Amino acid sequence: MAGYMDLPTKGGFDFGLCRRNESLAEKKGLKIPGFLKTGTTIVGLVFKDGVVLGADTRATEGPIVADKNCEKIHFMAPNIYCCGAGTAADTEAVTDMVSSQLQLHRYATGRESRVVTALTLLKSHLFKYQGHVSAALVLGGVDCTGPHLHTVYPHGSTDTLPFATMGSGSLAAMSVFESKYKEGLTREEGIDLVAQAISAGVFNDLGSGSNVDVCVITKGKTEYLRNHLLPNPRTYVSSKGYSFTKGQTEILYTKVTQLKPKVDVSEGGDAMEE
Amino acid sequence: MSIFEYNGSAVVAMVGKNCFAIASDRRLGVQLQTVATDFQRVFKIHDKLYIGLSGLATDAQTLYQRLVFRHKLYQLREERDMKPETFASLVSALLYEKRFGPYFCQPVIAGLGEDNEPFICTMDCIGAKELAKDFVVSGTASESLYGACESMFKPNMEPEELVETISQALLSSVDRDCLSGWGGYVLLLTPTEVQERVLKARMD
Repeated sequence: MAGYMDLPTKGGFDFGLCRRNESLAEKKGLKIPGFLKTGTTIVGLVFKDGVVLGADTRATEGPIVADKNCEKIHFMAPNIYCCGAGTAADTEAVTDMVSSQLQLHRYATGRESRVVTALTLLKSHLFKYQGHVSAALVLGGVDCTGPHLHTVYPHGSTDTLPFATMGSGSLAAMSVFESKYKEGLTREEGIDLVAQAISAGVFNDLGSGSNVDVCVITKGKTEYLRNHLLPNPRTYVSSKGYSFTKGQTEILYTKVTQLKPKVDVSEGGDAMEE
Repeated sequence: MSIFEYNGSAVVAMVGKNCFAIASDRRLGVQLQTVATDFQRVFKIHDKLYIGLSGLATDAQTLYQRLVFRHKLYQLREERDMKPETFASLVSALLYEKRFGPYFCQPVIAGLGEDNEPFICTMDCIGAKELAKDFVVSGTASESLYGACESMFKPNMEPEELVETISQALLSSVDRDCLSGWGGYVLLLTPTEVQERVLKARMD
């Protein structure tokens, strides 16, 4: 606890509240709640000249849809992207951390990042935490050694595959891949197959839903097709919406504070004599 | 009972045209016993940035103190206020640091950025950011708030209409939640002024 409020910490987890939280759970019988999950469908496949990644856009908190259009394809490097499933905070944090390590590595070496570098960084972090950092990832990219696709499990094990699926909708998506994937797909065929696989997850898995995001990575070019498909638009928006008569809400107390305009300090005029 | 439900809370933020509103209930309870009806869950970070903290009240206050501390250090070093996006990342980092022993707080961040572009976002208690363009909700009344906001919200509302909408959304939602309510607090921020209102609500 010493130096707790003194300075911003330098990183790493802080277990300071663990004991309090445990006793809160034991003595008061209060449940420790769940976290924001991405009960997800994420997929990836290798095609003729690159990699296609895909994801749905639903974030859930228990049975509640917390976000209808979230982003699950995370930036790792200009030539590497990563889809995340599992606890939302973990996938976000782990991909951000590795992406900044990769950026520093690029500054130091002056070379394009390799997919295996990202893979090793991810798996060593996840293995270190023995599966408690629950991030299930599909990592894809193209580097000087060609296109690569990997899956990373929360405990730190990895697979290298021509096509991969993860998340709660992985079975639905895999059924599409297993029946339709072949080697040497074209770009369009690849995007289409990925979109089909994600759609299978969206419609058959309750944890996945809303839209389809796609990311196509080829040698020297990356295209992020955000909301490539929008199969579930809102159909019930009334054109007028609800409108309330002003002053209907009963108000006990009002306080209005004028904001001071920001003063602009501009350099100008004559400099002061020395 | 979950720790989030120990004190009871409802926080919501909505975006309007060059403005935003953030609202919360005013109840502080210990499970089903009401302790106070003037509890503040919406805090000011600087003139154009506010944070609402739902969940366990003790953690809300601790977290607020740590955030003010970090923001003041930033102001001293940078000689400027934090952008809402930057502040959201700070909150997220602070929460994720405690991934395995979290603060039981779900923050709602609302601010006006450069060119008075409104920004709202919410997080879970370990800092998973959820950015939204329309509205964000949190607290024990979040389920009913989702429903109310989903139907009442309209894009590009003027300040007066925004206040009316968020007030009605809040009031109707907390009436369906035992643990929150007992008054409402609404804060509206336009580029030139702050309007704070205390709402009359059912006290049961």
